[in-house]
Amino acid sequence: MLGRREIVCQEAVEMISDYIEGGLPRSQRRRLESHLAGCDHCDEYVRQMRETIRLAGRLEPEDVPPQMREELIELYRRWRAQEA
Amino acid sequence: MLLHTVIRFVPSPHGGVLLGFAALAWRGARMPPDSEAELLTRLRAGDEEAFLVLVDRHQATMLRLARSFVPSAQVAEEVVQETWLGVLRGIDRFAGRSSLRTWLLAILVNRARSAGASEGRSVAVADVEPAVAASRFDGTGAWSQPPRDWVQESNERLDAAALADYLRDALGELPARQREVVLLRDVEGLTGAEVSEVLGVSEGNQRVLLHRGRSRLRQALEDRVEVA
Repeated sequence: MLGRREIVCQEAVEMISDYIEGGLPRSQRRRLESHLAGCDHCDEYVRQMRETIRLAGRLEPEDVPPQMREELIELYRRWRAQEA
Repeated sequence: MLLHTVIRFVPSPHGGVLLGFAALAWRGARMPPDSEAELLTRLRAGDEEAFLVLVDRHQATMLRLARSFVPSAQVAEEVVQETWLGVLRGIDRFAGRSSLRTWLLAILVNRARSAGASEGRSVAVADVEPAVAASRFDGTGAWSQPPRDWVQESNERLDAAALADYLRDALGELPARQREVVLLRDVEGLTGAEVSEVLGVSEGNQRVLLHRGRSRLRQALEDRVEVA
């Protein structure tokens, strides 16, 4: 890290998604973590990104129309009949 | 794939035992009663019940993904039907190199794109779009308008359903390619590599799209919770 300038908030926010994915190269991760350790705002930003991802993971799928299942059974039987 | 890695790196003479454990762990993690491999075997043998298990397992994801490409729910349903037909026709050629889910979602994406894709509304990956508006930083790049603590706020004041509505709206407003990546990675829980495969984008572009999409969603939540 010697000789490398510290990253600023505006750069940090561009790295957060990759950071959460575990995809940052080690040197960048260290620079980011050292920034986060001293910056409450960016630390809060990370928390918000994690919360956004958590909420996305809890979105319920829209209801599958019930007649679709029936149509797919029909589709399957037609396909089988053609195959036979 | 995990199994192959283990086979390559486990040395003999204890390899057999270690491999046994590894294989057990692998089976335990990946082979529930209605496992994919078993369902595929049954499907190839013409078992309608196996087809329905697969339909019930994947249908909601497929519809949600299809809907992000095409303009109406009806077209999305047609795309899903065509996809299942494609799956049935191609099942004997499915080599199992990727998971069945990845394979069928990739088929779906191809069909959806040719069925009147919304890619036209999309922004190119190369477009430079900051995660947070430049106006919120001062001349040195430090926050001048720091993020508001909406997480705390939302936990105290909003119920989960209201937040989910905000998020669903925001997801719907993302540029198509960002939405597709966020949908598959964060909503459906595919790995980054699977998302790349399904959408036919490089892993680098996948990461960029994910970053942009997540950044916009976070901003949307900050905006929405603020005005709530």
